[in-house]
Amino acid sequence: MNTMTGYFNFVRLDREKCKGCVNCIKKCPTEAIRVRQGKAEIIEQKCIDCGECIRACPNKAKYVETDSTALLQEYKYRIALPSPSLYGQFRDPINPVRLLTALRDLGFDDAFEVAVGAEVVAAETKRLFQTGKLQGPVISSACPAVVRLIQVRFPELTSRILPLAPPSEVAAHLARYLKARELGIPEQEIGIFYLTPCSAKVTSIKAPVGGIPSFIDGAFSIQQLYPRLSHLVKQVKGVQHPGGYSRASGLGIGFGISGGEQAAVGLENQLVADGIASVIDVLEELEMGHLDGIDYIEARACSGGCVGGILNVVNGHVARARLDKIIREQNRSSLPLHERFPELDRLDYKVPRIHVEPRPMVYLDSNINGAMAKMTAAEKILKKLPGLDCGACGAPNCKALAEDIVLGKAEETNCIFILRERIMTLGMKVYNLAGIKPLTLSLEDLEKEGEE
Amino acid sequence: MGDKAEQAIMLEFTLQGQDFIRAGEASSEIKQRLKKLGFKPDVVRRAAIVAYESEMNVIIHARKGTLRVEITPRKILIQALDEGPGIADIEQAMQEGFSTAPDMIRELGFGAGMGLPNIKRFADEFKIQSRVGEGTLLEIIIHADKG
Ligand SMILES: Nc1ncnc2c1ncn2[C@@H]1O[C@H](COP(=O)(O)OP(=O)(O)OP(=O)(O)O)[C@@H](O)[C@H]1O
Ligand code: SF4
Ligand SMILES: [Mg+2]
Repeated sequence: MNTMTGYFNFVRLDREKCKGCVNCIKKCPTEAIRVRQGKAEIIEQKCIDCGECIRACPNKAKYVETDSTALLQEYKYRIALPSPSLYGQFRDPINPVRLLTALRDLGFDDAFEVAVGAEVVAAETKRLFQTGKLQGPVISSACPAVVRLIQVRFPELTSRILPLAPPSEVAAHLARYLKARELGIPEQEIGIFYLTPCSAKVTSIKAPVGGIPSFIDGAFSIQQLYPRLSHLVKQVKGVQHPGGYSRASGLGIGFGISGGEQAAVGLENQLVADGIASVIDVLEELEMGHLDGIDYIEARACSGGCVGGILNVVNGHVARARLDKIIREQNRSSLPLHERFPELDRLDYKVPRIHVEPRPMVYLDSNINGAMAKMTAAEKILKKLPGLDCGACGAPNCKALAEDIVLGKAEETNCIFILRERIMTLGMKVYNLAGIKPLTLSLEDLEKEGEE
Repeated sequence: MGDKAEQAIMLEFTLQGQDFIRAGEASSEIKQRLKKLGFKPDVVRRAAIVAYESEMNVIIHARKGTLRVEITPRKILIQALDEGPGIADIEQAMQEGFSTAPDMIRELGFGAGMGLPNIKRFADEFKIQSRVGEGTLLEIIIHADKG
């Protein structure tokens, strides 16, 4: 965390590897990156941790700061939370029980499927709609990159975000509660670790935005654990139920692919948007009041859904194909949620509520009059710029450079075309100066001419 | 005291009747500007909806026109002026659900007869003038300190 600004970001830059190219600045959906002194710098206030820059970087200079596995030692009892996309990372169609067994072999004491949390959230969402407590359009709270995007770019839409904790948090909440009672140990002795497909989830754990603390104690990336896990998965012999909580149905596992939440919530009028650009388009429409007939919006920053998350190992399309198979298989063999999970009724379990506050970006000035003066000034500068949006100045486009100049964060000569023009003008001046003969010289010349 | 002169920003967009490819661009630009200037979300939304409905009416119902916006810290003035068939019975046009949009336009999702009523609902001040066979002028003011 940056204690000065209060903003959290977990996308980091390996300065050695960064060549200062324009790939990431162009792909950032909130224009939060500038190249300064040859290195890509993130403007924290604008970053939503979506990971698009990591995807765009050809030099693998961006990475996500996750926890070290040493953190596991701090807890007596360790529970892994596998995200649905993890099921799609293995070559042989994996039986979830086999995956959970391998997670135990990896060093966790137990595993609790995020997919179960997803089913609980979906059921509660549906109930809230059916009892008239929720009215559309409501936006899913499952993707933290989308939630942060709404906070900074669509502040008014924060009131439309599903007021329920996302599946990963619900899974953590349930896992801790049930395990502590089962083992008769204090809740704080249990460590809960999320196996994340993305940077956004890391941020949501370290810096939750819903007004309640995270129930998760640490986050490991799927990539981080994959080498050992994929090996262990192959070793698992005979798929026996390990006695844990592997009880997710296909509906829950489906949260890993786009359209999966829609299937699980099952309302009349739903809309699915995946990929950050599509999500922005849909939010623009929603903001204009064009989606009034829609009840529920499943929005995911990654295209294809979480299988497209940057911390997965396998190509998102391949993972999706695998997940599709597992989903079908699980749906065939699964009982309804409350029969699989009698605890939910016994506990009269309540899904934790969240409330997301807007966090609008200050673009030009916190005062409107000042902002207008700056916009007018930026417009004037923009007219002088070539309009090529080449990015060589370190800003994503000419307009962004013009605004940076007005904000005192860049100079006109950062534009290589303006610089070239200035050098040319200067060159002409030097050339013209060189052509002028000093008076003394020309007098001598005159005398010489006279002698001859 | 930093008693600086009140700023004003003018924007003008040319609209072409039946141009459904560029439809919505003008109001989208207006929305982005207002957001960037830091107007309250409710003000941005109301101004954006008013601009959008005015823009679409010119594109759907008229031959050509212009959308003008004058932004000051206190208020946003939106004018839509067009050359087109004009509106014979304004009172009727202002009613919810009244529309003369042809089937082709309805296929595109317009023609619910909600545009003008919504403009009036979201505007703080609203004026409409029209001359049959010549054109229509809409003038809307959104107060920035409201909402
Ligand atoms: N600029 C205009 N020029 C000519 N006629 C217009 C103009 N604007 C509105 N009208 C007339 O007024 C009617 C009502 O307009 P309104 O915007 O309320 O509904 P609509 O445009 O038909 O449908 P919607 O706005 O819901 O898509 C129109 O159908 C049209 O007959
Ligand atoms: S879509 Fe899934 S993987 Fe991608 S950012 Fe959102 S939560 Fe993370
Ligand atoms: Mg209309």
